[in-house]
Amino acid sequence: MAEEKVKGGTFLLESPGLKEVFIPEEFTEEQRMFAKTAEDFIWNEVVPKSDEIEAKNDELHIQLFKQAGELGLLMADIPEKYDGLGLDKISSMLVQEKISSGQGSFSVTITDHTGIGTLPIAYFGTEEQKQKYLPKLGSGELIGSYALTETNAGSDAMGIKTKAVLSEDGKYYILNGSKQFVTNAGFADICIVYAKVDGDKHAAFIVDLKSEGISLGPEEHKMGIRGSSTRAIFLDNVKVPVENLLGEVGKGHLIAFNVLNIGRYKLGVACTGACKTSLGEAVRYANQRSQFGVPISSFGMIKEKLADMMTRTYVLESASYRTAGFIDATFSELDHDDPEFGKKAMDAIGEYATECSIIKIFGSEALDFVADETVQIFGGYGYTEEYPAERFYRDSRINRIFEGTNEINRLLIPGMIMRKAMKGELPLLPAAQKLAKEIMTFMPLSMLGSGPLAQEELAVEMTRKISLMVAGLAAQKYKEALKDQQMLLARLADIIIELYAMESALLRTKKVIENKGEDAAKYHSIMTQLYVSQAFPKVGQLAQEALAAIEKGDMLKTNLSVLRKLIRWYTPVSLVELKTTLADKLIEEEKYWLV
Amino acid sequence: MKIAVFCKSVPDTETKVRLKGDRLDTSGIKYILNPYDEFAVEEAVRMKEAKKAEEIVAISMGPARAQEALRNALAIGADRAVLVTDDALDGSDTLATAKVLVKVLEKEGGDFDLLLFGQRAIDGDTWQVPSQVAALLDLPQATCTVALEVEPGSKAVATRLVEGGEEIHELTLPAVITCSKGLNEPRYPSLPNIMKAKKKPLTTYSLGDLGIDASEVGKNGSRTEVLSYELPPARGGGKKVEGEPEEVVAELVKFLKEEIKVI
Repeated sequence: MAEEKVKGGTFLLESPGLKEVFIPEEFTEEQRMFAKTAEDFIWNEVVPKSDEIEAKNDELHIQLFKQAGELGLLMADIPEKYDGLGLDKISSMLVQEKISSGQGSFSVTITDHTGIGTLPIAYFGTEEQKQKYLPKLGSGELIGSYALTETNAGSDAMGIKTKAVLSEDGKYYILNGSKQFVTNAGFADICIVYAKVDGDKHAAFIVDLKSEGISLGPEEHKMGIRGSSTRAIFLDNVKVPVENLLGEVGKGHLIAFNVLNIGRYKLGVACTGACKTSLGEAVRYANQRSQFGVPISSFGMIKEKLADMMTRTYVLESASYRTAGFIDATFSELDHDDPEFGKKAMDAIGEYATECSIIKIFGSEALDFVADETVQIFGGYGYTEEYPAERFYRDSRINRIFEGTNEINRLLIPGMIMRKAMKGELPLLPAAQKLAKEIMTFMPLSMLGSGPLAQEELAVEMTRKISLMVAGLAAQKYKEALKDQQMLLARLADIIIELYAMESALLRTKKVIENKGEDAAKYHSIMTQLYVSQAFPKVGQLAQEALAAIEKGDMLKTNLSVLRKLIRWYTPVSLVELKTTLADKLIEEEKYWLV
Repeated sequence: MKIAVFCKSVPDTETKVRLKGDRLDTSGIKYILNPYDEFAVEEAVRMKEAKKAEEIVAISMGPARAQEALRNALAIGADRAVLVTDDALDGSDTLATAKVLVKVLEKEGGDFDLLLFGQRAIDGDTWQVPSQVAALLDLPQATCTVALEVEPGSKAVATRLVEGGEEIHELTLPAVITCSKGLNEPRYPSLPNIMKAKKKPLTTYSLGDLGIDASEVGKNGSRTEVLSYELPPARGGGKKVEGEPEEVVAELVKFLKEEIKVI
């Protein structure tokens, strides 16, 4: 567990100490037991019924949901005071990962319920609301959902049209409008509904879905997660008691945005579970399937795929739990009885908003990559419904869309960082100025250490400098108008994502070396080298494109020469050798074996 | 009733067995509670829920990591746990193990009404320890039980599957029962129960605590010794015999006689 608090976004300026970084190798006995219950339940009870779930057997789906409730799988984040477990965030994320390891549709039902369906009440509810809803949401007696999106307001959450009007007697808000794509709509008992009071004041309400005036649209026919319920909710003069107003009128959007942050990093962790499963299926199939008289796993191109899939999964896992560790350290200081809890919780989540967006993007894209290569390894069979690869591929796709599209999240990353810098919470500008001064005389090679992973360490440091350089030049050039430079911001976001990803893998590997020695970290080390070998040149390319979007002519040439200095010292590693070693081990283990 | 349930920490069922020289390579192995022991714990917990038992003690002998298997038993519903761990125990065979377990029972009061075991441990797969404990204590035993009815203070009725039917045994308590698949469906330890398990007592004994001399256990105290481990030969490709029935039979007989030499 992280001992000192690492502030959000500081990875742009410096590397945290190993002590402050949580790695999955440090799960406690108890955490591993939680994980085993979740995993055994999913694999023994849910996965065997996958076909029925996908055929929209709602009764079965709900029955399994209730069973999950009995096992305590829905109460991890609910405080003990409200009959929950009040677990640390690492435990709750590990449970999340295992819940998401087997059946995509069921995972979405649970994740929606425990995340955006429950947490708004846990963090922003009044004492009465918490007492009324949390015990039942935790036990699974009530199923939760969340309705923000409307036909014309998706990523633009402020543009919602649903109206709430206070009744004359002051006892009810009357809600009118419609909500689109509500996950769990067909199962849920309650829904967190966002609406505007007096035309412009954003507000959140806990709506009983059995209320008069509520009707549901038909089930959407989706590309993936077909067993989950996704329907529109129509509100026609729905009377919502004033005591069901969540938080304050005019601050509903803050609840919406902050809860989405949690949703985002949960999603990243969920993708970790799904990546591991997909990888396992792929490698087992590659071992079974023979062509030309030998298993296809003996072919170099298949090995390369397996090694790349494993590496991406490793990096995602490292980044996810690193973030969980930071959030946990902050949350563990909060007191649920504190009247200011909601605000503090909001601040705590907001603190790591950048990291949450990074995990969301990186996780959903890693899973898309892994699921896609799984289909490829299965070949023609991967394209049929006979094998799970096809379902993984379809189920994966939604992750890049919900909880804020990856495009929105790419805009958020530099946006949030700049805001932190402006507010003085992150001394980004002084760092950028200092960098600009020293960079002309700067000699990266002189900084190259000699130990294992010295090159990777320097690559991370140089990426940090590149991020600062690009961010600094972009801010200097465009100032306030930077927010409109989406293609530039996307490149900056990608550089920052790669920084966090590379560094997470590096820190974890270093910590395993420190704790257990170099032998124990053999494959960690290989994957770190492999990932950096792919990400660092990519950062160079992105930065080049970004710089060319900022300046032209001689100024650009000067900037590019500085950039080249920061990247050209890197010597490519022996990919073939590293990937073969890694793949051979994976082929032997037949699954993601690290934790 | 007071029930003792014996728990062994064994490699996960998905473990890829590897050798390091002629010894087991234990690096990277994940350990779990022996699946057959889960049936035993579950059965004990059900008796407690049916108010037939007052106390369930989970007992294990093994390295420090066996604690985790015991915590699992506690999370399923055992009341407390006892672990015997001592470097000198390394290399103990089944009889030496049985002797230690008998000492633990004495140390814990000796007043157990029922001793429940898994019918076998999935690692060593010897099936011997429960019967040896029964013999050392001169208790009746029923192995490989698929159904169990207990009348506290009097008897246990155990059903065993045998070829072509069932055997039903009536045993006077105290008795030793080993549990088979089919006896019950073990529950998943719920998250709240896992948290409660952390607070349940887990006592650790060394050999000294039990009054056992190191020479009575380990390699020195064992009548059998594992000399080496070997992996089974890798499975070769299958062989298909084709042709008319007479040819196929002749070919098959030749194969059975000459190649695998079973007839």
